[in-house]
Amino acid sequence: MFTPVMFASILPEILILALAVILLCVEPFWKADQRRNAGWLTAGGLFAAIIVSLLFGQPGEPAAVFGNMIRFDWLGFFFKILFMFAAAVTALLLMDHEKVGQRGEAYLLLLASLLGMNLMAVSADLIMLYLAIETASIPLYILAGFLLADDRSTEAGFKYLLFGTLASTVMLYGFSLIFGFAGTTNIYQLAEMFVGGDISALLAFGVFALVIVGLGFKLAIVPFQFWAPDVYQGSPTPIAGFLSTASKAAGFAVAVRFFIVAFPSFAPSWTLIFAALAAITMTVGNLLAISQTNIKRLLAYSSIAHAGYALIGVVAFSQLGAASVVFYLAAYIATNLLAFGVVMAFSRVAGSDEITDYAGMSRRNPWLALMMLAAFLSLAGMPPFGGFVAKVFVFAAGVKANYTWLVIVGILNSIIGVYYYLNTMKYVYLYRMPNEDEENRPVSLTRPYAIALAILTIGVILVGTVFAPWFSWSDAAALNLF
Amino acid sequence: MDFLNTHLLSLILFVPTIAALVMLFLPSGETKLLRWFAFSASLIPFVLTLILWRNFDPDVTGFQFQEIYPWYEALNSSLHLGVDGISISMVLLTTLLTPLAILASFSVTDRVKPYMMLFLFLETGMLGVFMSLDLLIFFVFWEIGLVPMYFLINQWGSANRDYASLKFMIYTMGGSLGLLLAVQMLGVLFGTYDLVALYERWNSLSADSMLLGMSVHTVKTIAFWAFAVAFAVKVPLWPFHTWLPDAHTEAPTAGSMILAGVLLKLGAYGFLRLVLPFYPLEAKIFAGALAFLAVAAIVFGAFAAYGQTDFKRLVAYSSVNHMGFVVLGIAAAGLAAGTTDAHIAMDGAVLQMFNHGLSAAGMFFLVGVIYERTHTRNLEEFGGLFPLVPVYGGILIFMSMASLGLPGLNGFVSEFMVVRGAYPVLTVYTAISMLGLLFTGAYILKGIMKVLHGPVNEHWAHGDHKLTEINTREIFVVVPLMALILVIGLWPAWILEVINKAVVALF
Amino acid sequence: MNFPILSIITFLPMVAAVIMLMIPANRKTEVRGVALATATVDLLLSGWVYLQYLLGHLTGYQFVEQYDWLPALGISLKFGVDGMSAPLVLLTGIVMFTGVLISWGEYDEAHHLSAGIQDRPREFFAFLFLLAGGVFGVFVSLDLFMLFFFYEIAVFPMYLLIAIWGWVKTREYAAMKLTLYLFIGSVVSLVGALVMYWTQYQNTGILSFDMIQMESAGFSASFQYIWFLPVFIGFAVLGGMWPFHNWSPDGHVAAPTAVSMFHAGVLMKLGAFAALRVGVMLLPEGAKQWSWLIMAFAGIAVVYGAYIAFVQTDMKYMIGFSSVSHMGLVVLGVSTLNHNGLVGAGVQMFSHGVMTALFFAITGMIYDRSHTRQIPELGGIAKVMPFATIGFIIGGLVSMGMPGFSGFVAEFPIFMGVWGRQWMLAVVASISIIITAAYIMMNIRKVFFSPMPEEIQKHHIGDITMLDKIAIATLCFFMIIIGMFPSVMVPMVERGVENILRLLGGA
Repeated sequence: MFTPVMFASILPEILILALAVILLCVEPFWKADQRRNAGWLTAGGLFAAIIVSLLFGQPGEPAAVFGNMIRFDWLGFFFKILFMFAAAVTALLLMDHEKVGQRGEAYLLLLASLLGMNLMAVSADLIMLYLAIETASIPLYILAGFLLADDRSTEAGFKYLLFGTLASTVMLYGFSLIFGFAGTTNIYQLAEMFVGGDISALLAFGVFALVIVGLGFKLAIVPFQFWAPDVYQGSPTPIAGFLSTASKAAGFAVAVRFFIVAFPSFAPSWTLIFAALAAITMTVGNLLAISQTNIKRLLAYSSIAHAGYALIGVVAFSQLGAASVVFYLAAYIATNLLAFGVVMAFSRVAGSDEITDYAGMSRRNPWLALMMLAAFLSLAGMPPFGGFVAKVFVFAAGVKANYTWLVIVGILNSIIGVYYYLNTMKYVYLYRMPNEDEENRPVSLTRPYAIALAILTIGVILVGTVFAPWFSWSDAAALNLF
Repeated sequence: MDFLNTHLLSLILFVPTIAALVMLFLPSGETKLLRWFAFSASLIPFVLTLILWRNFDPDVTGFQFQEIYPWYEALNSSLHLGVDGISISMVLLTTLLTPLAILASFSVTDRVKPYMMLFLFLETGMLGVFMSLDLLIFFVFWEIGLVPMYFLINQWGSANRDYASLKFMIYTMGGSLGLLLAVQMLGVLFGTYDLVALYERWNSLSADSMLLGMSVHTVKTIAFWAFAVAFAVKVPLWPFHTWLPDAHTEAPTAGSMILAGVLLKLGAYGFLRLVLPFYPLEAKIFAGALAFLAVAAIVFGAFAAYGQTDFKRLVAYSSVNHMGFVVLGIAAAGLAAGTTDAHIAMDGAVLQMFNHGLSAAGMFFLVGVIYERTHTRNLEEFGGLFPLVPVYGGILIFMSMASLGLPGLNGFVSEFMVVRGAYPVLTVYTAISMLGLLFTGAYILKGIMKVLHGPVNEHWAHGDHKLTEINTREIFVVVPLMALILVIGLWPAWILEVINKAVVALF
Repeated sequence: MNFPILSIITFLPMVAAVIMLMIPANRKTEVRGVALATATVDLLLSGWVYLQYLLGHLTGYQFVEQYDWLPALGISLKFGVDGMSAPLVLLTGIVMFTGVLISWGEYDEAHHLSAGIQDRPREFFAFLFLLAGGVFGVFVSLDLFMLFFFYEIAVFPMYLLIAIWGWVKTREYAAMKLTLYLFIGSVVSLVGALVMYWTQYQNTGILSFDMIQMESAGFSASFQYIWFLPVFIGFAVLGGMWPFHNWSPDGHVAAPTAVSMFHAGVLMKLGAFAALRVGVMLLPEGAKQWSWLIMAFAGIAVVYGAYIAFVQTDMKYMIGFSSVSHMGLVVLGVSTLNHNGLVGAGVQMFSHGVMTALFFAITGMIYDRSHTRQIPELGGIAKVMPFATIGFIIGGLVSMGMPGFSGFVAEFPIFMGVWGRQWMLAVVASISIIITAAYIMMNIRKVFFSPMPEEIQKHHIGDITMLDKIAIATLCFFMIIIGMFPSVMVPMVERGVENILRLLGGA
């Protein structure tokens, strides 16, 4: 029986699918130079989908639908909105990409991946979860290697594919073990099965390790991060942005639901594992970021580090902790997309991703420089941008959970972060181009960039100043986990 | 009229400042206007002081014309003004010397406006010290007077002014550091700065109570020396005197007049107003040490003056010598507190302050007069000038005699009283100081001889270098001084009566 | 009082920053016009708040506004001023106003003079105003979360302002050093604040960042003992507390003039103020336990800073280290935890803010014209820039704690406060007064009054502009008015202090 709740629970996915179908039908009729309009269509469609979902698809009491395959709750819903937002912006950023923007299938693949991510956020069953993860990943393998003429891109796609499949295989093995012990694949029933100490700590540890390998790949946390810099650098910049934000956030959506819901009784052990991973991730990410000369690699390492900060919220194992993770990801998605957007907009004109080539950028386009400033300061955790509030919430959750040492590690790391983010901004504002003729070499923004970047900048500032509504949504998302 | 009576002190105190602020808006080019404005402005406090003197009732014990305005309420410090017989004579000295100094400065042509303004500010600073009955306000004015003086020396002084002015500043500030700390300590201990209240509370501390973890006696001893050193630097006492010859020598003429005439008195006044009332016991214990320093100042000052070849330095060292007598009197009074000897010594000391103010100002002025004409102060380059400038010569001899202590002039009266008061209690010291007095005669006569007598230095007799006679304006500066010197020398009672009643009441 | 004046004061500069960014980059005059108009309005508003508080004899927190920001976590936008913060709000207004005036930077054809900010003034003023908004926010925030929020906003524009418009030689190094120091300090405090937040929740079940609420959070003595130091020192880093002062002089030297003014004038106060408000007021028991350490650090800072300033040859380094010394006095006053010390610290924050702003402004004016800040290379500035000279002298007098100026009004109670705790330290710290006097005086006489070296003459130095003069006059006005009439500030600081003392439990 198809009830209204079931309909509402997959309303965003229906809309996305419809959008994909429309795109498929319309795209062949466009001439080659019109194909970039697919970007307008995708972005517009997704924004419309967000609005429609917000109006008609809001979850009420948490409900298990489709044979307990899907959990219809705020956690999934809020993540879906975030994913769709990220995809919409990515579509806008793709439009003026020289090699990708004209190709309709890129947008289609984006939508396919988005569909997978949406399902990742709501999966309540291990099988469903695995399917969703694969749905999200496979189009991204293609997109990463989309630039066929570019060796780096090909390498990126192939690398991503290899590591991705390896990681998901390992995770699948973990899932099968869980099924073997518990006799169920439903995440919400697992908790009861594992409560009574039926399973030895060593075995539990093994299971966690296997699952964490798979998730760690998605989250790009150390020591499963090594693919990230190469892939980000090689893939088309908007895709790198999407990978580092939505894909990562999807991983977190799974991690939060899976560990908190399924293994509350083992919380002390897996929080400790995550705490260690978080500390290592932050530290390694930030330290390696310092010496980068390519801005995409820098952002890759910085996004590794950010996964570490967000993990503090998971470690906290509390409603506030979960809420802070969600909030952190919201702020982080806007911020990092903005950063990648700026990089994209700049490299389109300047043709380079080297940090040294950013010299004199503030004179070439003051507004772009300001937006980059906003993004980088938000990444560094400075108010009035989203990064600050997000960090404070995560740290607050950490302190509350008596993980003060982890918070201190986080704080030391944000200091390192401040150093290299500001160092990059030094090129933008302080240094000049070799001939000091910046005025004659402006960096102009095309309309999609202007719109996307403006939306993101406003978003970053809104999250950082008027944080109450975002936080209450995050809180609602976290509410049903415990 | 009522307003005038109730606000007499604050008017005297602040009229110069207000005048200086008004001057700020006068055009800097109009030197004549500026000079006359400053001069007339400085006459107002003098006239007011005469009214004050007339209305002052010497028979009343304690402070008169008191005014209290809230100032720093958080620290319980208020602008509490008042005068007794000691301070009123100092106020008179200050308000008298300032117009004269300004009149003497009419020859200054460089940046007249700031110069005159600084003088007026300086007057307020000095008057404030004499009038304040609040320890903090005392300190405020004490320090604030430094600034105009520093700039007067630094900007309008002669060749070595930079060194001299910095030395003056650092010495005096360094000296006041102890005072500052002691003032703070008193404030912390008693929560008030009002002198009258402090006199009582400080002295009514029982001897065996503990302060800051030390016995009262120790604290008082330390505080005594903190005060004493600050004032000793200003007086100046040997061995803290070395800033003085430099500062005096390099200062402009009027600056030297005020420096010697009034500023040195601040130190002595500090002994009278603060040290003796606060530390009667310590003053008794350490009277010998003070007297030793005073006698050293007298003797070494005289010797040093004798050895100078620079006319101005000679006069400067004579100040060390003369101020030594003031401190000797104070030491004696501290030792013999309550006796007639003490009263006589103290009367002498206060009168000596007044007298030295007159004669030292006069001497410096006369040195300045000749320096302006010859551009040298070297005694060896003068000689036999008397026939060239007989009027000037006469005045110089008169002034020198006053300084020397010739009976019939003022210096004799006060020095005699000091010696008379000190002799019974500090016999040896007083006897040695007589030796110094002998040399006082020697160096003053040497000065007169080198300048006025002996073979004529032909250089000054002819041509461009021909020495011109003292002019009318300059005579106007010096005549009031001479008149007062003579009056006090012949009939000291009018001022002694005022001083004596205050002294008897206090000590 | 429903008019949200504090929000307007805080957010107006930020709004103005956005407006300025909207103006096309080549319309420099319009940008400057907006900047000046905003600064003027903010100065008037903050002055109005100040006068309301002072004349209305208000106590406690006034002009309180509260908007729920995130009720779930107890975060609210709560603004209010008390006697401690109202002067600092005014100070920020003053520094902002004068900072804009001296950065005006109209290119002077006649003198080929490019004073002020020529390069990208739009961004400069926008960042500066963002900073100013953050500073206002910290001073008026009554919510701990918002305090941190604004605190960080005040920190990061500093990096850009120094790195972009700073002194070419050291700007990158100094800007990064400064930012890292400040960021480390603030996040250390942040951890402390979060711990306090949760402990309050455990103790009382109230989830709130409201600082007034937190005052009664019932932190245990051992908790306070552990967390006081991180919180206090984390903030005090920005206050330039020894041994974490190292960033400060480097930052001063590298920063453009207006930013130096902000940095020394206001930002350092931010650290001291937040250390007081969060460290001492919320963790009073911890403050009592650790005050000896803070006091020792501050005592070292006072003397050490003065000494290091004494040996500098770069004017900006000299002033930078003198700031370390003077801010040491602020921390010293805070560490006494008694009435006098805290009152002094409150006044000193204002006094030092105005004074260093003045110093940096004048140093900037000299540098713009002579292209050097090396004291040995400078000379004769008084002849060409008389107005600036007077301003510098007044600043110097404030700096050395000369009575009659605001520095004295501030330092005196601090020393009294120290007397109440540890008299030895008062004696030791007072040495700094002499050292300060020495280097200020030597600087004044070398830079302003010595003959002008030929190197400098080549630049044909002209006088400062009218705007510069207005800025100097404004700053001097406040230093003198407070020095002359302490009651224009002290009573309201006292009322703020009463509140602190109440939290400290009498004392």
